[in-house]
Amino acid sequence: MTPKRKQRLLVVLFIVFGVSAAVGLTLFALNQNINLFYSPTQIAAGEAPVNTRIRAGGMVVDGSVKRDSESLFVRFDITDYDKTVTVEYTGILPDLFREGQGIVAQGSLNEQGVLQAVEVLAKHDENYMPPEVAEALEKAGKMPMPEGQEFNK
Amino acid sequence: MAEKKWMPRWFYQLASPRWCYEITGKLLPWFFAAAVVLLIGGAVWALLFAPADYQQGNSFRIIYLHVPSAILAQSAYMLMAVAGAVGLIWKMKVADMVLKSAAPIGASMAVLALATGAIWGKPTWGSWWVWDARLTSMLILFFLYLGVMALNSAIENESTAAQASAVLALVGLVNIPIIKYSVEWWNTLHQPATFKLTEKPAMPAEMWLPLLVMVIGFYCFFAVSLMQRLRNEIIWRERRTGWVRELLNKQ
Repeated sequence: MTPKRKQRLLVVLFIVFGVSAAVGLTLFALNQNINLFYSPTQIAAGEAPVNTRIRAGGMVVDGSVKRDSESLFVRFDITDYDKTVTVEYTGILPDLFREGQGIVAQGSLNEQGVLQAVEVLAKHDENYMPPEVAEALEKAGKMPMPEGQEFNK
Repeated sequence: MAEKKWMPRWFYQLASPRWCYEITGKLLPWFFAAAVVLLIGGAVWALLFAPADYQQGNSFRIIYLHVPSAILAQSAYMLMAVAGAVGLIWKMKVADMVLKSAAPIGASMAVLALATGAIWGKPTWGSWWVWDARLTSMLILFFLYLGVMALNSAIENESTAAQASAVLALVGLVNIPIIKYSVEWWNTLHQPATFKLTEKPAMPAEMWLPLLVMVIGFYCFFAVSLMQRLRNEIIWRERRTGWVRELLNKQ
């Protein structure tokens, strides 16, 4: 390798590693802002702002879904198997919504700590592993058996 | 030739446009045949014989387009960045041409991945688009491709254009690990990777085998389209040389 090429190789390495370091530090600093949603544990710890538009994600607790017979109002709990947050929503739920399903709800927390949702998205994770929930569960040491690991039925 | 050679011989041979043109001409039919067989076979297997998902039904089958195109979009970018580095360090014209030829193919793969993801996201998640880390970093990848293409066509001088786009390709390389690990580093709506190098896929074999066939088929298809674009580029840039004139006269 000629000295010239070596020098250019150094420049290339400098670009790649310099940019990686800069971007890495930026992402590290912005870490919390890149998360799409807060986990129930974070909300219980008071990390999520009140009366501001936020997202919360978790598994819908079995038996917690209460529908209003007169309207589209629905109330349910979401959990990371450590802490639980109640969600209230008026509207059409995604097809995949059901108890035990991972969901992400967008809305604002009121003073009682109830999430007034304006949008509910299903987080498709049944076939794989729910990453955040699973991670939170693993940390809490309460890894449940996610229902329906099988694709076929 | 007193200087010690750093790289294997084929590396220096590939630097010759003529040699590169000839070797790609020999490889092309094989990759073309493999791409046709794998893509048709994989698509038939995936769409007709693979079992439907118990929860999503048949709509999950879009994974057989989505995952290969997303993998290819990232692989093509890495190839582009490596070609850019080689072009910057060794001043190889063929590497510049590879960079230029790979960009539009990678960009179309990124579009395909984003579009199929949105089409799947609407019925499954309930939203076409969410600004989560995986989707956003993939969109940035698409813009990086557009940037490389724009630089290449905006700068008239070939070697300046190659240098500028190579630097951009190298700068954007940092986005690749971000795409890959976005689903692990942050809370995202997007589920984690279907294929992992270290673990068994989180689905039964009759579902991931056709996916694997499709991925390999996409790689072959990428090789075919890259080689064809590269050959066009070589012919165009070498149009004043003797061997290209000879080639044209023969036809």
